[in-house]
Amino acid sequence: MDTALQTRAPARSTPAPAPWGRVRRSRHVADRALKIVCTLFTILGATVLGWILLMLLVEGIGGLSPAVFTETTPGPGSQGGGIANALVGSLILTVLGIVVATPVGVLAGTYLAEYGKSSKLAEVIRFVNDILLAAPSILIGLFVYMLMVQPMGGYSGWAGGVALAIIAVPVIVRTTEDMLRLVPGSLREAGAALGAPMSTVIIKISWKAARAGMVTGVLLATARIAGETAPLLFTALNNNFWFNPTLMGGVSNLPVMIYQFALSPYENWRELAWAGALIITMSILALSVVARLLLRKDKVR
Amino acid sequence: MVALSQERLVSSADAPARRSTPPSFDRLFRLSSLGSALLVLIVLLGIIGAMIYGGLPAFREFGFGFITSSVWNVNEDQYGAWVAIVGTLSTALIALVIGVPLSLGIAIFLTQLCPPWLKRPVATTIELLAAVPSIIYGMWGLFVFAPLFANYVQIPVSNIVEGMPIVGTILYARTPSGVGILTAGIILAIMIIPFIASIARDILDQIPSVLRESAYGIGCTTWEVVRNVLLPQAGVSIIGAVMLGLGRALGETMAVTFVVGNANRLSGSLFDPGSTIASRIANEFNEAIGLQLNALMALGCILFLVTFTVLVLARLLVARVKVG
Repeated sequence: MDTALQTRAPARSTPAPAPWGRVRRSRHVADRALKIVCTLFTILGATVLGWILLMLLVEGIGGLSPAVFTETTPGPGSQGGGIANALVGSLILTVLGIVVATPVGVLAGTYLAEYGKSSKLAEVIRFVNDILLAAPSILIGLFVYMLMVQPMGGYSGWAGGVALAIIAVPVIVRTTEDMLRLVPGSLREAGAALGAPMSTVIIKISWKAARAGMVTGVLLATARIAGETAPLLFTALNNNFWFNPTLMGGVSNLPVMIYQFALSPYENWRELAWAGALIITMSILALSVVARLLLRKDKVR
Repeated sequence: MVALSQERLVSSADAPARRSTPPSFDRLFRLSSLGSALLVLIVLLGIIGAMIYGGLPAFREFGFGFITSSVWNVNEDQYGAWVAIVGTLSTALIALVIGVPLSLGIAIFLTQLCPPWLKRPVATTIELLAAVPSIIYGMWGLFVFAPLFANYVQIPVSNIVEGMPIVGTILYARTPSGVGILTAGIILAIMIIPFIASIARDILDQIPSVLRESAYGIGCTTWEVVRNVLLPQAGVSIIGAVMLGLGRALGETMAVTFVVGNANRLSGSLFDPGSTIASRIANEFNEAIGLQLNALMALGCILFLVTFTVLVLARLLVARVKVG
């Protein structure tokens, strides 16, 4: 590199050899600066993640005890208690959201990839889906409040599930469509050539080929909604009891519990909030890592 | 030719008999997938409709003054959105100023500098930052970051700038508690980094490597390749990615609610607590009745319009480059 520059330098810049050296130095400095700054920024990003995990471990592990998983959340001023009701409530709301969102998301993604393709309607829906994907989740909470909580006369787990489903659907639509588009057209043509109707081709060939990717989409959507707090504030609410089996009235759930307990003046509430935060973050990160591994295996194949 | 078409006719007439699935299922499947796709559209329209319907009484009551008034008095039923709008815009702006250089740096590191074996772990780490729930960022911001920020930034800086013109107002903390507009902006910056960085990385990856290699071939340094080849090529779609990050920052709720301080006053200082549209809705909605509820809905409506515009622009910018 150096010798190459030296041999070329006299040929190109014979009139002023001195500036060449100076330019080279500044180029070198700019290049070094870029490399160092970019590396530092990346380290900074990784540090923040590590710092957050460390904080959760340090604060959360002390709060973890068998009682956390067996007892309900304590009332104001009372001692001890656990977060069993919030854990179960969160699980129910997340499952409810995913159960509602998966068929809608998969079918809508299928429409975009298989039927609509580049038609006007499909383009509009793709556009709208991208906007929903990034829409503020608190607005979705407000929407479901108007749609379900007000007409039904009270907070309910159903409203919470629907709010979470609205957040999950765009994620599933997007991944389903992307994955179906990766399926080679020749596979579909082969199916159609055997006389299979469109629906059979889609279900037996396209979905099968794109299965791993679609499952990844559902897992990512689950990870996304499991930690959502804002849309649950006005839909499922939160309380310190086991919820009604019909899911009417408030349904206790982890994110809102963490929000309320972390800012409370009671020592045991804050400890429970940290324990809950540790549990929820670790589950979500594990879910995201599993989803990524699944996708990687599929890509290799 | 005639024989061929006849044969096809015969076979297509036979086909239904051999089908394992009845044709009605085929139609049903098609309709239900169309219906699901339309549902996505309906939900977005529903959100717009709900915001406008819910906020209308407040807009009618206060008119255009709702946006420009900075009064938010629950006892006298007087509401204005100005403080929340300013808070939302300023925290999002701070987030961009800090977050965009960081994200671009990470994207450049990932695509240009990183050794191949390190690529996947680093990319996964940055993407996992996006998976951490926003409430956890809020707790980190309030319990870990804010005390450090108060001790090592707010107090020293306030001592230095006290009494100076302009800077003495912008960077002076009356009560150095660590929470405030700037803290919220910093937390938001961390939260939008994974989004901008991963899109920017994809954009940089899409640039044909011939361009990069020929630049290196004529003796460019990495900096010159990035500055003169990659950034002009990626240009508009990077702006699109930034807009997408802005959309996130504007609507982020829980983390901001923890660290913004939730005060309804306009302050010249970035260290002072304020509030954003989303944090105000999160704080007050459950106890709100009557006109206050409508005012909060109207705030939601404003937030929706702003983020909608930003996201549409982002989408158009990102899409245009992909086509071209």
